[in-house]
Amino acid sequence: SHAAIKIQPMRQFFSSGHTNNWAVLVCTSRFWFNYRHVANTLSVYRSVKRLGIPDSHIVLMLADDMACNHRNPKPATVFSHKNMELNVYGDDVEVDYRGYEVTVENFLRVLTGRLPPSTPRSKRLLSDDRSNILIYLTGHGGNGFLKFQDSEEISNVELADAFEQMWQKRRYNELLFIIDTCQGASMYERFYSPNLMALASSQVGEDSLSHQPDLAIGVHLMDRYTFYLLEFLEDIHPSSKANMNDLFKVCPKSQCVSTPGHRTDLFLRDPGSALITDFFGSVRKVEITMETINLTEPIHFVNEERQKETYSYVDQLPVSEIIHQKPKQKDWHPPDGFILGLWTLILLVFFKTYGMKHLKHIF
Amino acid sequence: MRWEETVVEEATADKEDTSAPETVVQSSVPQPKDDFQEELVIRPLHSGDIYASFQFRTLWETDFMRGNKVSHYRLFPKSLGQVISKFSVRELHISFTQGYWRTMQWGQPFLPSPPGAELWVWFQDSVTDVDGTWKELTNVLSGIFCASLNFIDSTNTVQPSASFKPLGIGNVTDHRFLRYATLPREIVCTENLTPWKKLLPCGSKAGLAVLLKSEKLFHSSFHSQAVHIRPVCQDWQCKTTSWELRQTLNVVFDLHTPGQGKLEWSLFKMFSRTLTEACPLASSSKIYIDITDDPQGEQFEVSPATHLLSQAMVLGDRRTFSVYDLTQQITFGTVRSLNLLIRWKSSEDMLRPLLHAERYVAGYGLQTGEIHTLMYNNHPYRSFPVLLLDSVPWYLRLYIHTLTVTSKGKDNKPSYIHYQPSKDRVRPHLLEMLVQLPPNSVTEVTVQFERALLKWTEYTPDPNHGFYVGSSVISSLVPSIVAMDTNSTREQPLFSSFFPCKEESSYFMRVYTEPLLVNLPTPDFSMPYNVICLTCTVVAVGYGSLYNLLTRSFQIEEPSPGLAKRIANIIRKMRGVPPL
Repeated sequence: SHAAIKIQPMRQFFSSGHTNNWAVLVCTSRFWFNYRHVANTLSVYRSVKRLGIPDSHIVLMLADDMACNHRNPKPATVFSHKNMELNVYGDDVEVDYRGYEVTVENFLRVLTGRLPPSTPRSKRLLSDDRSNILIYLTGHGGNGFLKFQDSEEISNVELADAFEQMWQKRRYNELLFIIDTCQGASMYERFYSPNLMALASSQVGEDSLSHQPDLAIGVHLMDRYTFYLLEFLEDIHPSSKANMNDLFKVCPKSQCVSTPGHRTDLFLRDPGSALITDFFGSVRKVEITMETINLTEPIHFVNEERQKETYSYVDQLPVSEIIHQKPKQKDWHPPDGFILGLWTLILLVFFKTYGMKHLKHIF
Repeated sequence: MRWEETVVEEATADKEDTSAPETVVQSSVPQPKDDFQEELVIRPLHSGDIYASFQFRTLWETDFMRGNKVSHYRLFPKSLGQVISKFSVRELHISFTQGYWRTMQWGQPFLPSPPGAELWVWFQDSVTDVDGTWKELTNVLSGIFCASLNFIDSTNTVQPSASFKPLGIGNVTDHRFLRYATLPREIVCTENLTPWKKLLPCGSKAGLAVLLKSEKLFHSSFHSQAVHIRPVCQDWQCKTTSWELRQTLNVVFDLHTPGQGKLEWSLFKMFSRTLTEACPLASSSKIYIDITDDPQGEQFEVSPATHLLSQAMVLGDRRTFSVYDLTQQITFGTVRSLNLLIRWKSSEDMLRPLLHAERYVAGYGLQTGEIHTLMYNNHPYRSFPVLLLDSVPWYLRLYIHTLTVTSKGKDNKPSYIHYQPSKDRVRPHLLEMLVQLPPNSVTEVTVQFERALLKWTEYTPDPNHGFYVGSSVISSLVPSIVAMDTNSTREQPLFSSFFPCKEESSYFMRVYTEPLLVNLPTPDFSMPYNVICLTCTVVAVGYGSLYNLLTRSFQIEEPSPGLAKRIANIIRKMRGVPPL
């Protein structure tokens, strides 16, 4: 006897309006002393994975490698606190863009979806109009810009335009933008697309500070805002009912020294009704069916008569063959500009010296 | 090679037939057979370090190239199967290495690999646009392995003309279908290990793969993981072929990691895990411990003791191994877990490796330099040929007229040279030479180069680190001490059957040199900012002062009087008397 299954009414599953979740987590700083930025990004990655978003829906961009850096006294680990309890790097991390690939161009291409056709799926943001996207940026920034890898910057105007492109292409349902840099609030000043909510770790004119250094590793391990954000997120579980107003309270001035800011005027819902798990967790569409499905017949392999040719392994270093190798016939290329120009010059000089009347003797 | 298994005690159970497990199929149609084997070889090295080599092999008798699409994958990973059929790949070899293999201290590895990432692929004859297919293949692989393989483009891809012959079966070797590229700068970390582990049939949950924990694997002197796909003969007649996927992981643990002092290693110390079971999908799961240097047990001590011994011909030498068969329950004993402990007392001098190579950059300044490659032949009386492959990026302009090859002070003319000059921003230099190394000698290859000035957008974000030049590849047929076995399809351990063996007196070997780190003349990128600050300051101070001097007119003004005088003046004004 089987227990009677209560069929839940479908409507209460999709009350928030989104059906899938994506996350784009970017660390823009290079060099060992920017360890804390990588730790920031990895701690958000860890929380987002723990709350249910799979690796295929996370685009993780790390501009430098801290875990296997030769200066790291504990390889393959990135810690958030000097007690070294939490290894935010973990054992099954998948980084999609790493090293020199983290550029402004690649970031904007990921957001807008305008990637070359051969880009693999794990490097694409394949969101649709029912996706909630979390975007997290960290690094060194200033009033109106964020520095990528010490060689280029992204301005707040570019970022706002990228989000507008995403809105027009219906690439998101709601978007949560978190930035942890100095003067981070300047990055969301210029947003103008609907359904955006933004959080920053400091206001214009303020610096975001790092949490604490670790003398064994020798660098600051994490930034204050993200440290307290991680602490807050560790208490969230996939069925938690905490909402955005709780997130705005993370890291008050007493802990952060800078004043975190947020912007909700473009967000159409009330922030109190948006759950944390709407952005940090993952909604999976599950359809329960009671019908049975017949699987198709297995593929029948026809045992063809294979040709009875014998194969063999190739000689790895056939010395005599190599010595007597004929030079390869190069493909014929049409003569390039230099050769053509040279011949034109020769012909011109020839006809100049000998005059045009000789032309008819030739043709 | 000969494979012997000595069973001393009869306690070992009945030998199970190690044929492929038949898949249970409801219909009466036979499914293509696939087979999975895993093994771990542990070799203590003379310097006190320990070398562990994992090999996981999946054999699958199927044909990706025929019309009917393969859709039912069992042990063979689907992502790689789709790559093979979509890009018409005949052979694929990709490796990710962190660290450099020190041949003089550690001997020869079972599977050599250069630092960074290396990818070489043989395509099928049916491919019309090899370069386009190569570009797409590197992009797809960069997604599968979480590595920046998309940086492989025409500026670092070469087409060797004689090296890198196919390791699998094949009758045609037209080098137009071969592409080779290295990325010496590529970092290897857990994000590359994670997808690699996901390709295994048992993942990292059962069998030998449970030992692969990144925190220990990357805390080592050398770590290399590779994937090799090639078609192989199924039986000695070689009328049918099957696809072979080998995933290998080589790691050398350092003696001087904190916590070590004596020459004592155990599985737990190396991997922080012990073994509890073999992978249920594996037809064979074995651990081999190299005890050649001391078969009597005087210097070596391995516990728990095993009675299975085997001998194998590997790297031209006959070596003895203790074998632990994980498919037998008795291996795990009563505690149901296996933690091998290896202790050895002293280390004598090891035999010098027959072939090894070094490479370095000589010269001073940022304009010119010289690349020196040294190849050592340590055999006392035999000489053998080596094929040197050098791929130098275009921004180091080689002067080939300065190429010299000298052995023992005299000129050594190579019997085959293939040189393809570079084209700025399009292709790198390719130099291939077949050199005969005289016995007991050092051969030095030198070539001068000049450093180019790059465009300012072509510099990396950290240009003062330097630019890497990929390792040279030296392929050779080295004379072996004992007769090798040319029958390559007999049952033999995986580590000895990687390179096909065609003749008995020599074996094939590949040696990689160090990559070079070369500084290019780097502009000062802070210069525009500094110039603007300086210019604005000079303009403001200089021009401003000059303007003021030229345009201001001067008037004489009485200095203001003191307080007493001012009060007196006020009183005098009130009285109507002229001021002081």
